[in-house]
Amino acid sequence: MVKKTLIPIGPYHPLQEEPELFKLYCEGEIVKDIKWETGYNHRGIEKLSEKKTYDQSFFLVERICGICSTSHPFAFANAVEEIGNIEITNRAKYIRSIIGELERIHSHLLWVGLAGHFLGYNTVFMWAWKYREPILDLFEMISGNRNSYAMFKVGGMRRDIENSKIPLIQEILDKFKKKNNLLVGAVMDDPVLHARTKGVGVLTKQDIIDYAAVGPTARASGIDVDVRRDDPYAAYPLVNWKVITAEAGDVFAKAEVRLLEMYESISIIEQCLEGLKKEKEGDINVKVKDIPEGWGTGRAEAPRGEVFHYVLSDGSNSPARHKIRAPSYTNIATFKKSCVGQTISDATISLAAVDPCYCCTERMAVAYDRNTGEKIMNGKDLIALSAKKTENIKNQF
Amino acid sequence: MGFKEFCFKKSLWLFHFGGASCNNCDIEILDCLTPRYDVERFGMLLVGSVRHADVLLVNGSINKRDKSRLLEIYEQASKPILVVAIGACGCTGGIFAEGDTFAGPVDKIIPVDAYIPGCPPKPEAILAGVVKLLNK
Repeated sequence: MVKKTLIPIGPYHPLQEEPELFKLYCEGEIVKDIKWETGYNHRGIEKLSEKKTYDQSFFLVERICGICSTSHPFAFANAVEEIGNIEITNRAKYIRSIIGELERIHSHLLWVGLAGHFLGYNTVFMWAWKYREPILDLFEMISGNRNSYAMFKVGGMRRDIENSKIPLIQEILDKFKKKNNLLVGAVMDDPVLHARTKGVGVLTKQDIIDYAAVGPTARASGIDVDVRRDDPYAAYPLVNWKVITAEAGDVFAKAEVRLLEMYESISIIEQCLEGLKKEKEGDINVKVKDIPEGWGTGRAEAPRGEVFHYVLSDGSNSPARHKIRAPSYTNIATFKKSCVGQTISDATISLAAVDPCYCCTERMAVAYDRNTGEKIMNGKDLIALSAKKTENIKNQF
Repeated sequence: MGFKEFCFKKSLWLFHFGGASCNNCDIEILDCLTPRYDVERFGMLLVGSVRHADVLLVNGSINKRDKSRLLEIYEQASKPILVVAIGACGCTGGIFAEGDTFAGPVDKIIPVDAYIPGCPPKPEAILAGVVKLLNK
């Protein structure tokens, strides 16, 4: 008989940057089941947002997640602008897309680095993070900060990208592109990485549909979904680009999708910079008087998938209700499929493959049955469940 | 030379505790290790266990669930240990200080030797903070 072992990863484990607890139930070297616990990162952001005005809320939603610090304001702006029926200027649209795509490049490079680190291949980690620095320099040049950019506001942008800066941005991008070619070539052709990632953590098309995964995780399994194309916002309908997909669904396919997406991002940025030249400088804001009563939803494609914001307005200057759903919320659930049946050594890279972002994920959610419309599990049910368990334990004594 | 100076004379090993943060400070701490800033040339190394560490880096606001863990980790650490609170959230709670789950800034829970403000602090600022701490 094989002995069962429980291997905890976390909550403060050297492997992870963020606090999160995974429990791997193993038989020998094979992972038989996985459970995870959250809550170490919960900050009550949705509630906090109700205390803040719309302008202040942008600084808050930016700090939901440091890596997606454009995507959340993006979705929030889309939601608020839907309530107020506000159409922003073309220049603001271009700047929004530029910031969004720069963020995608830096996030994907960060992931490639971390994936290398998880595989014990620290050269990739060092390389990827070294080549990420020029992108952060660009951010510092445009917004004044390396990570939280504070560029968004209702009806436009806080800062303009001056036309005189465009050649310099282009030059840095060109230099970056050359180095990126080197990195992508090295990662895609490396026999060690092939051996470690191909056929590992496979998610089939059906798994993706069952778990409602989004973003590169879904695209790597052949599901052609991208909010930028399906629900166009900002400057994405104004430029030419394509959605990258792969078929295999393993870790390598996810890496491939992310690496190739970076090229699309560079192409989008270049086209947006061309577009900026045609628009009048400084024309980045429309006047917003007040936000009327009503509700709005905003979606944005974060580096990890679809970010969804719901904002309910009661006509005052702060949201009456603010609901956030981050992509990792659904992506993390796919661990049940990708890790079970793998060896422990492959479990870490399978966990990392969806690029989980726990600080995005720390929300409360209630699921509804699609057919009957019933709540599947709410707070009361959970309390009732807990009471029942206590009752059972009492009876044992 | 006092005992404390003797302990911190050579390579400092770091342990990173990320509380309820937005990840930015975590990334900037990791960024310090990568080629552009490369703190490893000063002998600084991120280690897996706080028992091996000389410096405890704490970032992020501390929520009710983290609080007991942070205390436990501090108690596990071999003394003397330098505690550095990184980022606005680590120093004061920052934007999350009004939150329902907030359990007090780091210095209300464990003694802190240095504060590095910023949201997030740049890698240069983190390096400067550690150097200042050593010269104290």
